[in-house]
Order: sequence, then structure tokens, then C-alpha cells
Amino acid sequence: MTDIIIFNDRSASDAVAVSLEGFLGASNTTAVRIEPGEDIRELLPHLDRVALVEINFPVFGDGRGYSAAQILREHGFTGELRAIGDVLVDQLAYMLRCGFDSADPDQALDADAVQNALNRYPHVYQKTTGTAPISGRRPIWEIRHE
Amino acid sequence: MNLLTGNDLKTGDVIWWAGDKGWSLHVADAADAGDEGEAILAREEAARRVNASYIVAAEATGKGPMPLHIKERVRASGPTVRTDLAINTDIPIVNA
Amino acid sequence: MYKYDEYDQAMVDARVEEFRDQTRRRLAGELTEDQFKPLRLMNGLYLQLHAYMLRVAIPYGTLNSQQMNMLGHIARKYDRGYGHFTTRQNIQYNWIKLEDAPDILADLSTVEMHAIQTSGNCIRNISSDQFAGAAADEITDPRPWAELLRQWSSFHPEFSYLPRKFKIAVIASDEDRAAMRLHDIGIQLIHNDAGKLGAKFFVGGGMGRTPMIGPEIRDFVPADELIHYAEACLRVYNRYGRRDNKYKARIKILVHELGKDEYTRQVEEEFAHMKTLGLNPPVAELARITEFFPDPAYDTTANDELDLTDPDFRIWVEQNTHPHKQAGYAIANISLKPTGGIPGDASADQIDLMADLAKEYSFDELRVTHAQNIVLPHVKKSELYALWQKLDDAGLAPANLDLISDMIACPGLDYCSLANARSIPVAQKIGQRFSDIGRQKELGELKLKISGCINACGHHHAGHIGILGVDRKGVENYQLSLGGSGAEDVSLAKITGPGFDEDGIVDAVEKVTDVYLRDREGDERFVDTYRRIGMVPFKEALYD
Repeated sequence: MTDIIIFNDRSASDAVAVSLEGFLGASNTTAVRIEPGEDIRELLPHLDRVALVEINFPVFGDGRGYSAAQILREHGFTGELRAIGDVLVDQLAYMLRCGFDSADPDQALDADAVQNALNRYPHVYQKTTGTAPISGRRPIWEIRHE
Repeated sequence: MNLLTGNDLKTGDVIWWAGDKGWSLHVADAADAGDEGEAILAREEAARRVNASYIVAAEATGKGPMPLHIKERVRASGPTVRTDLAINTDIPIVNA
Repeated sequence: MYKYDEYDQAMVDARVEEFRDQTRRRLAGELTEDQFKPLRLMNGLYLQLHAYMLRVAIPYGTLNSQQMNMLGHIARKYDRGYGHFTTRQNIQYNWIKLEDAPDILADLSTVEMHAIQTSGNCIRNISSDQFAGAAADEITDPRPWAELLRQWSSFHPEFSYLPRKFKIAVIASDEDRAAMRLHDIGIQLIHNDAGKLGAKFFVGGGMGRTPMIGPEIRDFVPADELIHYAEACLRVYNRYGRRDNKYKARIKILVHELGKDEYTRQVEEEFAHMKTLGLNPPVAELARITEFFPDPAYDTTANDELDLTDPDFRIWVEQNTHPHKQAGYAIANISLKPTGGIPGDASADQIDLMADLAKEYSFDELRVTHAQNIVLPHVKKSELYALWQKLDDAGLAPANLDLISDMIACPGLDYCSLANARSIPVAQKIGQRFSDIGRQKELGELKLKISGCINACGHHHAGHIGILGVDRKGVENYQLSLGGSGAEDVSLAKITGPGFDEDGIVDAVEKVTDVYLRDREGDERFVDTYRRIGMVPFKEALYD
């Protein structure tokens, strides 16, 4: 648990995530783990009972988890969204912007490198709808036309 | 015979494993790695003395070791269309 | 031309520092090559057959003289005195040192340039019509739209780890000079029945080992929905594009396997959802960008007549200039295809000269074409002769635009680690065989395109004559194909039959041109004759 990186000021959930199939089959679970090939939209009718969604990145180059995260946030998910698996420091900023709150990488990351990565870019070009503070930040075009 | 090649991590130069002499820009210096190729490369990659390395089948010739495949011969020679930039101009690219 | 504001500059500067840090970590051994590779690729840095190669983005192929001079500077300071202009309207350098790469990116950033997303499984540099803003037949300048897409696609948090690379082209005329239908997304700007400007979307085109012509999936997307629609197209691809096989991972395979209608249905569903999110920049942003692309201060009294008494100049004007929308001006094409040369290569001195000429004769503007040539888009006709003389002195006035020697050729096995055969020597030999310009003009428009492997960077599927180099038991072998086109008459070339060796392919090209000269009717081009008479007469000439 101690290796979990939190991007914002919320505290990490200690719920134990089950598979999507397990989650849909058991009404008393509150944490679910999503694999790249699974349809995140199957979770949407059940968001009111979800505290934690773990999105697995078995290999860092498989970017399906970014879309899964965005879709969850776009549909109003306010629980914790955590990236797990092959999560490398150079992907953290994108995860943050897609609405992830935290990451639990297979391999521990250097704390300074994490902070550098999260704070690297002063602005963003795209609007995203995540609820975490930075994921919803204003895009450059909006600042230009305020 | 089996040669070992890769690129210098910093400069990108094509280099050839030359046994005790380390790595060379010239295929003529290349040493036969025999069956030890994988082990040598693992060690050399870990020490960052070579990058993107692999084993190349070659034959001994009067001009020294010569890769069998055209791609490795072009690698050993330099672009055939810019012989002014070639590192080795006396490598036959196409087998006669 | 677009000018960065403080935000654009800050983003590029941050990228330079990020890559400096990543390079430092790689050199220190903190990153493995497997971890570093996608990071360097997203900054255009490949490891090629001989060395690192850096691909620098030239957004929609437009640049000014200061930027062009910087490209010359990089060739001179960090490379071996030359660069290679690519079919993506970019430039690449073949002899880059990893330890220099961060400094090169820093130098580029001083002239608002970068290498962001010129490789990797992300949205690549947006391409466009090289005559944008100058062509008589465009309905609007497509570059503001391309710039809007450039900003949207830069550092996109959701679409930086796609199944495969993703290429977008934007054009604004019925004549297609950008191979738009052979892109992952091709956008043609059009007016709808109400006279409003918007975008027609074609999705799922591409070359590579499975060439496809992109089908139209929407006839009109309004300006204020462009980004929403593009997001929808990408999201469906990111979620469902194949990741099990890199050779089936491009969006063309997804569109093909789902079927155009089902893909479109999914995009429309996602689009309806996107519209509720307000992700699209307001039209004011497109308007802001458009203000950077005004017409230059043309001399409206400029003489529209040309003195063509010099016969060499006349040939160059006929072949290498294109009508400009402004009377008294012409679009001048600089061919980087001298006889026996390397298609698309230019020396640092030539690059600097072209920059100087752009400043003197073309309102400081240059373009790079997907056919690997350079354009000076706004040249006063009265100054064309002086321009031509200076180009000629520097070996930059081959009068062969769109003729058989104006070949597209990938770097091939001379440079590329993916190649199976050399492309450039074949291009050189064909160029020498057809060196007589009168003979070339007799053959007329003839687009010959050469790839050194099945990835088709040399666009052989889209060649009137296409050549594909393959490895046949360790020996270079060349397959001939006929009838392709990347233009508005888009089509995919068909293979003639068994391949040829290096000299045989040159003879084969000559034989098919002989069939054309024998059988053509009226003012048919080579490809028109092929389409009328079919493959059989060509096969007979080649194989009987």
C-alpha cells in the first residue's frame, strides 16, 4: 500500500478490487479492476456503489485505459480512479489529466521524478472533464478567449 | 561465424564487437563470438557499452569477417549512395 | 504564418526540458532502451541502420526563411551537411548523436519548431496542400484548420498510446495534392448547402502492407464541432483498434473489419456524447488562428505576362510553376530530383539558398510537398526569371515536376533498418535512363513511386508506376505495379507479375512506358491509358 502515488489531496482507498465480472455479479463490492479489453461502459449503471476503480495497464504502450478513465469521469464518477500495472513516470501526467487520482505501479517510482513529471507542462491544449483538480484544468484556448 | 553488432548509445555509431579490444567502428576488427553472443551482449548492454545489439551471421574472407546478409553489409559499409560518407568502401554489398 | 504565443512557446520549451531529462536518464542507465524508445520516438528520434535519425516536424509543410535557415544550421552543426525532405512534409537527419538531440530540440524551439509526435503511436504531424493559401482552386486556406488540429493533437492525454501511428491530412480543393484519401483521417473542407464552411471526413485510408482508400463517413462537420468529431473518431479507434498484431493495428483495419457503417455508427454515438462535454474550442479560436494566415501584400498591378524567349526557362515555367490565385503571381516548385540525385535530399547550402530565395521572392514563405519537393508559393511573375537563374546555378532547377524523374523514393536499405531493398539506386538508374527532358515531357504526367519494403513509405501503391523492393533469399528484387494514384482520382496500383532485379526493373519501367506511347489516345496520361486498356498489354510487353 505504501507505494501508491496520490496525485491530489484525497486518501487512497484500501478496498480490494475484484474483476469486472466479479463486481457485476456481487452487489456488495465497492472496488473493481478493469482490464484493457473490457468495456468500461458496463460499469456506468453501477457508479453509485463504486468507491475505487483500478485500471490495469499490463504494458505501458496499451493506451485503452486512458479512454476508460475519461469515460468514467465524463459520466460523473467521483470515486477514486487508480492506474495499476506497468505505470512509468513518463505516463503519469497523461493519467492525471484523464482523471486518475492515483497510481500503484508494479515498479516503484522515484518521488522527485514523479513530482517533476506531474508538474512538467505549464498548460494543456485539450479540455478534459475529470474531477481531480488538475485533470479538469482549463485548456489554452479557453484562457486565450476569457 | 557469429559477429556482434549494435550502436554506440551516445553517438549512434554502428559498432562491432572486437573481443578483448572492446567495440570497433570497423567490421574488419570484429571477433567471432561463437556461441557466447547472447551472454556477451547481455553483459555489454547492461554496461551501456552498446545499444540495440544483436548477433549477425558472417563468414571469414580475405578482407576479414564479412556479414552474410546484404542489410548487415550496408550497415558495415555506410549508405551505398553516399560513398563519401562510408566508413568502409571496400565491402561488397551484393554477392557477385 | 502562424506565430506562437506565450502558451505555445511554453509547451514546446517544456517538451525540450522533458526530453533533456529523459535523455539524461537513458544515458545514466535509469531508463532501459525498451522504456526510452517510445519517449524518443515521440520526439522523432529513431535508431536507424547507421545511426540515430531525427525527424523534425514542419506543420502542414509551411515554414519561413528563418525556420528554413535553422534546418540548414542543424544539417551543418549536428549532422553531415544535408537533410532529407519526407513524404510527410517533414525533414529528417540521418547522423544525429543522442547526446546532441536535446540541444537540437532547443535550437528548433527558438524558431517555433519541434520534433513532437513525428513518430510513435500517436497523432503525427498534420499534413496539408502545399499550395494552401496560394492555389486558385481552393475554397479556403486549410492551414488554420490544420493548426487547430495540431494544437488539439499535441500532448493529447487520451491519444498518445494509440494502437498504431495516426495521420491526418486537411485539404480545401477538389484537386487533391496531399493524398488525403490515403490518410487515417482525410478532411476536405467544403461549403454545405447553406454556404457554411465545414469538414467532410474520410476515415480509414492508408498505405502500408494493406492499402485502403478511406471511405467518407460524414459529409459535413461544422467548424465548431470539428474537434468533437475528431475526438469521437479517435476514441472508437483507441478503444477497439487491434493491439494483438501491429500489422493489423491501423484504423483502416478497424474500419474494414467493423465495416464503414458500423464504425460510423459508433463514431456518431460517441460524437453525440462528446457534444455534451464542450471540448471543442470556440469558433473564435479558429478565427484567431485564421488571422495569422492573411494574403501577403501582393502588388495588384503586377504584370501577368511572362517573357519566355529563353527556351530552358520556358520548359521550367511550363513544368514547375502552377497558377496562383493572384494575377501577376505564380507558384514556383523547386524540384529536389536532379538526374542521378537522391530524391528529397538537400545540402545545408541548398537549404540556406532556398531560405534566401523565399525571403527575396516569396514573402518569406516556403512549403514542403509530400512528393519531396519545395515550393515558393507567391512569386511575382516578373521575378520568375531571376529566381530560376539562381535556382539553376545551385542545381535546383530540374524542370521535371510530375514527370517520370520526379520520383518519390523512401530512404530504403541505404538508411532504413526496416527496408528489405535499396530504393535510391533504383531511382537514380531510372532517372538516368530517362534523363532526356524531351522524352520525359513526351511521357507527360507520370508519378513513379518506390518503396524499399512493404511499409510503403515510398507510396508505391499510389504510383501510376509503383516499385516495391523485396528481399528474395537475400537478394534485392523489385515488384512492379501499375495504376495507382494518390490524387483526386485515387486508386491502388496492381502488381504486374514476377519481380525483377535492379537493372531489370529499369528495363521494365521503360517497357511499360513504351506500351503507353504505343497505345495512348488523345491527351491521355499514362494512368488514363492503363485504366482504359487494362493490365494485359503491359504484361505482354513485360513477360512474353
